[in-house]
Amino acid sequence: MRPTDLTLAQGLAALERREISALELADAFLAAIERLNPRLNAYITVTAEAAREAARASDARRARGEAGPLEGIPLGIKDLFCTEGVRTTAASRILGPFVPPYESTVTAQLKRDGAVFLGKLNMDEFAMGSSNLTSAYGPVENPWSRANDPARRLVPGGSSGGSAAAVAARLAMGATATDTGGSIRQPAAFCGIAGIKPTYGRCSRFGIVAFASSLDQAGPVARTVEDCAILLRSMAGHDPKDSTSARLPVPDFRAAVGRGVKGLRIGVPEEYRLPGMAPEIEALWEQGLAWLREAGAETVPISLPHTKYALPTYYVVAPAEASSNLARYDGVRFGLRESGADLKDLYERTRARGFGAEVRRRIMIGTYVLSAGYYDAYYLKAQKVRALIRRDFEQAWSRCDAIVTPATPTAAFAMDERQDDPVTMYLNDVFTVTANLAGLPGLAVPAGLDSQGLPLGLQVIGRAFDEETVFAVGGALERAAGFTAQPGIMA
Amino acid sequence: MSYTIQGDTGPWEVVVGLEVHAQVLSKAKLFSGAATAFGAEPNSQVSFVDAGFPGMLPVINEECIAQAVRTGLGLNAEIHLWSRFDRKNYFYADLPQGYQISQYAHPIVGRGSVEITLSDGSTKTIGITRLHLEQDAGKSLHDQHPTKSFIDLNRAGVALMEIVSEPDIRSPEEAGAYLAKLRQIMRYLGTCDGNMDEGSLRADVNVSVRRPGEGYRTRCEVKNVNSVKFVMQAVEAEARRQIEIWEAGGVVEQETRLFDVARGVTRSMRSKEDAHDYRYFPDPDLPPLVLEQSWVDQLKATLPELPDQRRARYIAMGLTPYDAHVLTIERETAAFFEEVARGRDAKLAANWVTGEYFAALNRLKRSVTDSPVSARHLGELLDLIADGTLSGKLAKEVFEAMLEADEPPAAIVERRGLRQVTDAGAIAAAVEAVLAAHADKVAEYRAGKEKLFGFFVGQTMKAMAGKGNPALVNEVLKAKLG
Repeated sequence: MRPTDLTLAQGLAALERREISALELADAFLAAIERLNPRLNAYITVTAEAAREAARASDARRARGEAGPLEGIPLGIKDLFCTEGVRTTAASRILGPFVPPYESTVTAQLKRDGAVFLGKLNMDEFAMGSSNLTSAYGPVENPWSRANDPARRLVPGGSSGGSAAAVAARLAMGATATDTGGSIRQPAAFCGIAGIKPTYGRCSRFGIVAFASSLDQAGPVARTVEDCAILLRSMAGHDPKDSTSARLPVPDFRAAVGRGVKGLRIGVPEEYRLPGMAPEIEALWEQGLAWLREAGAETVPISLPHTKYALPTYYVVAPAEASSNLARYDGVRFGLRESGADLKDLYERTRARGFGAEVRRRIMIGTYVLSAGYYDAYYLKAQKVRALIRRDFEQAWSRCDAIVTPATPTAAFAMDERQDDPVTMYLNDVFTVTANLAGLPGLAVPAGLDSQGLPLGLQVIGRAFDEETVFAVGGALERAAGFTAQPGIMA
Repeated sequence: MSYTIQGDTGPWEVVVGLEVHAQVLSKAKLFSGAATAFGAEPNSQVSFVDAGFPGMLPVINEECIAQAVRTGLGLNAEIHLWSRFDRKNYFYADLPQGYQISQYAHPIVGRGSVEITLSDGSTKTIGITRLHLEQDAGKSLHDQHPTKSFIDLNRAGVALMEIVSEPDIRSPEEAGAYLAKLRQIMRYLGTCDGNMDEGSLRADVNVSVRRPGEGYRTRCEVKNVNSVKFVMQAVEAEARRQIEIWEAGGVVEQETRLFDVARGVTRSMRSKEDAHDYRYFPDPDLPPLVLEQSWVDQLKATLPELPDQRRARYIAMGLTPYDAHVLTIERETAAFFEEVARGRDAKLAANWVTGEYFAALNRLKRSVTDSPVSARHLGELLDLIADGTLSGKLAKEVFEAMLEADEPPAAIVERRGLRQVTDAGAIAAAVEAVLAAHADKVAEYRAGKEKLFGFFVGQTMKAMAGKGNPALVNEVLKAKLG
């Protein structure tokens, strides 16, 4: 087996058995990046030398018997995580040549556990998008393509499109990602890999460029559910530098993956059965539920009555917070500065040149919904609906232990589709935003292919801070699906 | 008599409310670990949080919360166990995050009150609407370069308490007394140093005028007034401006104004139309602030003595209300007095501190914190009076010497030989010598010219170089002239 084919768990085992060194592993992935990144554009920045150096240091630690839980594992880092001494762009021009003098808590913990960083991964600008088309550093190509139209370039989803494409094409063993409305789960589903958005508060947000603070949550993407569980354990944990991070111990998620689903009640929300939903998606959902029943779970119909308001609620709350969070990109202290005749002119020129169209659109939406006279009708109303959505889930938990839904309403679309109407693009998040609004963990698992041979995913939603059950259900789905298909473009 | 301003068309009443911004006395800023010392090199006390760098998050500094609660307790106010931080959004170069974190909708402290004392000795209660915590902004320096503005972020993120009063204030004097009282309370509590020239305490003054008995008219806000005196001047200047407008048949427009100290007038800063839309919303980086009642109770139990309590205690010790008031204005003065009075006659101590000592400070342009005489030595001087070593007059002489070099008074007495003579024999000898030298005057006295007694006292004291015990000198003279 080639080193880039190893799952993260297999890679750890191979390193432990000294079948491969961290340096050899890093070199294999760096070679794959060198070959495929020019086409896929998954990485914005490749830190080859730093990666080799980190790999050598990792091998030395292992030789001294000081191996951490991720010792020698090569990872890609979404370019939303601040990395000390390495340029961080958020895929925006406005950050310009910004090199953070500090490290995000999540990446610091991954380093502490021995991980080797290969580089910074492409994404939608400021994590705003579902296609990776809004990146100032160019779109990422999905390594998968349609059987009947292989030349048509597909999107990897977004915003963590670079993370998902890199893992699917074997340009990283796993990657960090973030999810504000589905930005981990939708690209994972589009690229045929696994990805979990943990409970809000599970991972520190310190050092992650903020999009919408009450929704943003970091999580891993990787080829298997088990790999995600291994990564999440290192990424999670209370951080005194983030007031919204939970003071809870981090469980052994990996142990939960194989736990099984016997006796679990799986909720099936009626409201997720959208009119006009592709029959393939509906069929896969039914198949997933059947697998879980075969594995000993019980499926129960549940109701989440406010689901239809989730998307509009999300598109009020997220832009509102973003409009305020992005005010700091003003050209005064760091990043891009366009000179102006006076301060206002400097702001206008810097922000007009620095932000792309989608970011500008969301800043304007957010500014509007917070304005005097509109606040009550939009922001306040959205907060009330958000509370109702949360309550829907709280009531559902009396009837079930986890909820299973499709991850996305469609398979990956082409780069030249759905460009004209931003609202159509926003519909990508329809199954995923509810977990963000309610702060719940959501896992995407690759479960099958559509008629064009494109991957489709299922989503598992769990109770707050019960990622273990989510992993157990995800593990059961993964075993039953036996998903072994591979993308056309792969190292 | 209530205060009114006489216009051309009749008397006008003044209605004033103050928003006071007080810098929380704390080593670190409200949401970052950066230091807060005044006068440091520009941009030397700035963390990445204060500078609004990507991915930085605010974390509440517990000491700032405790200081706000202490201040609330000192203002007899409700402490809200649940409060919340909102974002106030606006762009400015010295506001790094593009928003100020401030408790807009749910302040930590609610309704309270403050009692002020006016010059005629009367008191009045001014209502407190609320106290909330917020971050200060940085400072823009426009005078350092011909075409550029410089930014100093040392202040950015420093914790401020905004204390909002009810519109209960009715005169410039009341406005000044209110601000002085707030400052006094916070200095006693140690929650704000009250250094107005360093910007630790500033006031936004809301002023309107009305005919007596009428409802409120439009108010204007005079921003950033930084002394008690200027607050009083600003109230009067702004009230007179508004009266002039109303009396000329005009309408006062709601606006924000600045007080021009040099010219003693207010001028427009921005009108209501230019007002920002601050787009307040709850800061999603900070969960609501929830306090335990037991924690508040503990702060209450360890609260320092407040000025009103201290004044009452001094009156109970036998001081006049006036002396008690004067001695408690500044916490340092009260502490000085208490050290002088400890174990001594409180009334005598108060007389000396408010009399000779204050006069000396005035004359030398010094203050209690920069005192030419230590409280310990002043106390020892009082001991020398009490044990008869010094007469009042001699004590004043010794005190003058103490001002030159802060020495123990006993050493000065010893060196200068200023000890009072109480030896009856020595006094009798001096008296006899005086009477002998002035036999003619003695005869006149005995013939009935009794006012000559003072002359004999003077001559005797002169002969004794001022050191004779005055009571004994009188006694001996009476006996000898008898």
